[in-house]
Amino acid sequence: MSVKLSTRQVGDVSVVDVAGRITLGEGSSALRDALRDMVGKGQKKILLNLGDVSYIDSSGIGELVSGFTTVTNQGGQLRLLNLTKRVKDLLQITKLYTVFDVHDDEAAAVRAFA
Amino acid sequence: MGKNSRSATETVERFLDSTLESVDDAEELALLEAEKAGVPEDDLHKIAMAVRESMVNAVVHGNRYNAHKKVHLSVSKGPEEFVVRIADQGDGFDYEHLPDPLAQENLLRHSGRGIFLIKAFMDDFQVRRLDPGTEVTLVKYLVSK
Repeated sequence: MSVKLSTRQVGDVSVVDVAGRITLGEGSSALRDALRDMVGKGQKKILLNLGDVSYIDSSGIGELVSGFTTVTNQGGQLRLLNLTKRVKDLLQITKLYTVFDVHDDEAAAVRAFA
Repeated sequence: MGKNSRSATETVERFLDSTLESVDDAEELALLEAEKAGVPEDDLHKIAMAVRESMVNAVVHGNRYNAHKKVHLSVSKGPEEFVVRIADQGDGFDYEHLPDPLAQENLLRHSGRGIFLIKAFMDDFQVRRLDPGTEVTLVKYLVSK
């Protein structure tokens, strides 16, 4: 399985449930397209739920970083939710864990946008 | 498939096309052989990811998806170590002068983390210039060194 993305609204926050593999090719481009699409529609509060992401490579990390900078540059906020141990380890190794605002609880993450 | 029965080391080789499908195939093969070699669960994912990153470098940056160029994959299991070699036919790269992905000015760059992650996940990593191409060697020790 590559990646599956589904978006839902919780108040004014767009929650993107991501499942599968975010790797070079279909996985990373799907995430990039989804984030660009949301930014293009003016959505400025984006919460990426990565709880069902089984695998992420350096290309996937690159898409998270690019998404973060794209949203931030448009005056928005991008936060991460439910990191698996592997994804958390990767973000820590690459020193990106402190760049992102990471949450384990969706309600708290949504409140953090206020 | 090539097998070397002269010693306790067993080697599997493939010549792969310069495609993203080959990246998946190489990762799958390395994972399968690592499992057979008894590599601990925690290290399986690290090997898989290091092979994926190395294959992406070979296919995308080395061979640049050139249909006329191949990637040579070699997976060896010995009594003490698990070794993966990946060689492309590209122009090579300056391994000694890669930007540090952990430097503050590079933290938010889109790319440049592949080799850093390979080195973080493997016990040893070596780069050798070929003529033409580049060969990387990934080693995971099966016994404590």
